[in-house]
Amino acid sequence: MATTECTQVDVAVLGAGPSGMAAAIHAAEAGVDVALIDEHPQAGGAIWRGLANASGSRRQTLLRDYPDGGAMLDRLGAAKLRRIHAATVWEVTRDRVIFYSQAGVARQLAARRIILANGALERPMPFPGWTMPGVLTAGAAQIMLKTSGITPPGPVVMAGSGPLVLLVAAQLLEAGQPPEAIIDTTPRGNWKRALRHLPVQSSARQILAKGLKLKRDLRRAGIPVYRGATDLEALGDETVSGVRFRHRTHMTTLNCSTLLVHCGVVPNTQISRAIGLDHVWDETGQFWRPHVDDMQRSSVAGILIAGDGGGIAGAEAAVHSGRIAAMAALDGLADVSETAFDHERKALARHKAIRPFLDTFYAPAAEFQRPGNDTIVCRCEEVTAGQIRQLVRQGCHDPNAVKSLGRAGMGPCQGRYCGQTVSRLVAEVRNEPVSDVGYFRLRPPIKPVTLGELASLTPDEARNDG
Amino acid sequence: MMARGADVIVVGGGLHGLSAALHLSLRGAKVLVLEKDYSGRHASGVNAGGVRRLGRDLAEVPLSVEAMKLWHGIEQLVDDDCGFTRCGQVLVAETEKELDLLRTRAASVVALGFDHEEVIGASELLELVPAIAPHCKGALVSRDDGAALPFKTANAFRRKAEALGATVLTGAEVTNVSHADGIWQVETPQGRMDAPVLVNAAGAWGGKIAGMTGDPVPLEAHAPMLMITEPVAPFLTPVLGAAGRTLSFKQFDNGTLLIGGGFKGYADTDINRAETRLSGLTESARTVQALFPQLRDVRIVRAWAGLEGVLPDMIPVLGRSQRWETAFHSFGYSYHGFQLSPITGKIIADLVTDGQSDLPIDPFAPERFV
Amino acid sequence: MELDATNTPKTVRLSFEGTAIEAPAGATVAAALLAADIIAFGTRPVSGLPRGAFCMMGTCFECMVEIDGIANRQACLETVQEGQNIRRMPPRIPTKGQGDGDD
Repeated sequence: MATTECTQVDVAVLGAGPSGMAAAIHAAEAGVDVALIDEHPQAGGAIWRGLANASGSRRQTLLRDYPDGGAMLDRLGAAKLRRIHAATVWEVTRDRVIFYSQAGVARQLAARRIILANGALERPMPFPGWTMPGVLTAGAAQIMLKTSGITPPGPVVMAGSGPLVLLVAAQLLEAGQPPEAIIDTTPRGNWKRALRHLPVQSSARQILAKGLKLKRDLRRAGIPVYRGATDLEALGDETVSGVRFRHRTHMTTLNCSTLLVHCGVVPNTQISRAIGLDHVWDETGQFWRPHVDDMQRSSVAGILIAGDGGGIAGAEAAVHSGRIAAMAALDGLADVSETAFDHERKALARHKAIRPFLDTFYAPAAEFQRPGNDTIVCRCEEVTAGQIRQLVRQGCHDPNAVKSLGRAGMGPCQGRYCGQTVSRLVAEVRNEPVSDVGYFRLRPPIKPVTLGELASLTPDEARNDG
Repeated sequence: MMARGADVIVVGGGLHGLSAALHLSLRGAKVLVLEKDYSGRHASGVNAGGVRRLGRDLAEVPLSVEAMKLWHGIEQLVDDDCGFTRCGQVLVAETEKELDLLRTRAASVVALGFDHEEVIGASELLELVPAIAPHCKGALVSRDDGAALPFKTANAFRRKAEALGATVLTGAEVTNVSHADGIWQVETPQGRMDAPVLVNAAGAWGGKIAGMTGDPVPLEAHAPMLMITEPVAPFLTPVLGAAGRTLSFKQFDNGTLLIGGGFKGYADTDINRAETRLSGLTESARTVQALFPQLRDVRIVRAWAGLEGVLPDMIPVLGRSQRWETAFHSFGYSYHGFQLSPITGKIIADLVTDGQSDLPIDPFAPERFV
Repeated sequence: MELDATNTPKTVRLSFEGTAIEAPAGATVAAALLAADIIAFGTRPVSGLPRGAFCMMGTCFECMVEIDGIANRQACLETVQEGQNIRRMPPRIPTKGQGDGDD
């Protein structure tokens, strides 16, 4: 029988990426009792994945590309805190009890403060054929490279927009399997709109320079780039065998065994939604994010948000928002230095300065936001955009009504890869802003939990009968 | 601003309100349904979908039997199959004592003149539910009962009522009800609505509306919880309950298992929210494990709670207002209103148009709490 | 393919649908399958068409396979083990586009 005792800590950090690690280290160094929980066997998050356990040349490559990650992992190793890895969190209550499973055993952890550092997901990118095996996200290929040095079956073609497309293309190139081509779906008009957000800060200029260097490297390697491509479609019988798209006035077809797609990242709000925190629609970033104040505090006392889970700003910003969240969490538990807080806030603002430019420049194309009627929107339950539009016209004016009647969002991913599209389609048919339409209600378990695990628990629930 | 008018205003766009709207529209009345959220948002759309006569309060049995006739032809009523299947309902006895109680129960239903409930022994139970834990002694069964899909049903009732001419106004929370010159004046954020007849089918909020018509009832809001598993190979046909436990258990045709029975979550009608309570879900999981130990590695993928109106005697308020000839109530179905919904609307339509119902509804009178 | 040539990792042997495959130690099951050119991991619930890995980070649930007799394992979150027996899961029974409940 599983243990059902409830462990108590001062601060629990959910997610061991840049923001979670920074938050946990800061809190631990302040002398409070900290638990850092992550789904993966090692710390690092998506960006520093593989750093903690890679060896040989892969470790050298990762350390060269992500020096901050190496330093942060060293600091984490030295910090005095409880590390809980390979743990799937499936319920977090408002009164700050965390339920998770580790190797088939359900456990609970009560915390005086919770810092959610859940990071980002790749934005849903529905287009014809995107459910075919062999169509993977660009992030998926990067994870394979980082964790095991494995590249996806070639020939590989990449399609979409966003900094990650360039980065993964460059990483594949270095790994000896460059993509055959990059189909750039960044809408042609974005550039002009983005210009007025062009940042002047040096940190922002560095990021832009880095991007331009990637582009140069890819051009030198002779990788063709089809700019302003539209009408993307994956071709194939059982698995993907090619990709078709419109470039200028022509339809072009390329052969591939793997199609890597990407159109930006969005906050992973699964846990923040399930707790019932307030969320807002971010028009610039085109995503939902939990509401946070300037101390990373959510709408529920004692629950803080760090990193991209609170709004996309990247790994460097995440470290600072993580520390700010830790400082806010320590309020009442340990001394917090005003100076340090100010320093972190300024650093965070510096790193965020480039966001309006990047968000506008890489705003996803309309064809991925409001796909054609035959395109599958909900991958788990295979619900098409046309079926969703039909349900809305029949009186399902709320994403949850669409879900209840049409199954979109009812599969195991719980709407992670269709929720935003469903909100958008309801908004489109109703001619309302997305912010008014809302989002799926999310319920525990945030990730599946077995009957046996559930049955083994005696939850520590402080709340009175409601 | 001119008030919008209708022959009948129905407060509540859940199943009971929509059924009343449908049956009234069939008789030519102009019906306006006022729904504060969207149709089927709460108990009507999120319940377990049991279409069950089995084990009902004896006062409800005659209504339930009439409702079942409508369920068996539900497509003729609402032009949609509502996902209804005649899979049967089974109430398991785990001890001889429980089985004796079920025998007494079956006899009392027979005494009322109905024969849908029968007691079966352990061997026949094993035939019906081969996967059941071997300690079970027998069961009470109702073979022509079944299950349907709640939100699909609520949606079908709404669309049929609308097709017959009823208007369903969503986002129209009723903030006040008054009566002047023979007309009900109903205030909503979308303006005042007027009609000579008022039907209160406001579910968990029914007590609030009943208070406005001078029919105070001690209604409580509960938040019964349900869980769904990942799909597993088909092994269970009927809907299963247990005489000595809180359980409602069934398998959908896609292989997923629905686990419920009435463990309560947190209910808050003021902020429109029902939340799950983990201690209830763990208890629910233990119940399933006791009866089906082989399911311990099956994973739960979703859990939720819905807001339901519950009365102290666990039967609804259904009938005319004690104070007004032109106000009618249909709410407080206390965890088991889904199956009754096709008939409750007909009863309301009978009361509105003929002044009486053929069915015995006296036990549900609002004045019973005075 | 395995590219970490200077640091030849230990190789793990496992099987997919009875066919032996090899993978570098530490790789996820999903990466190991893809490296062996196994792209379709199972079938979709409604259409019955093939499905495969998509996100590789545990969020899309499309890489679910049976591992050593236990169904619904996310291949992208499981690390390869010597002698592991991976199978496709049986097709799900279609739902005919109906909800089985939520709030």
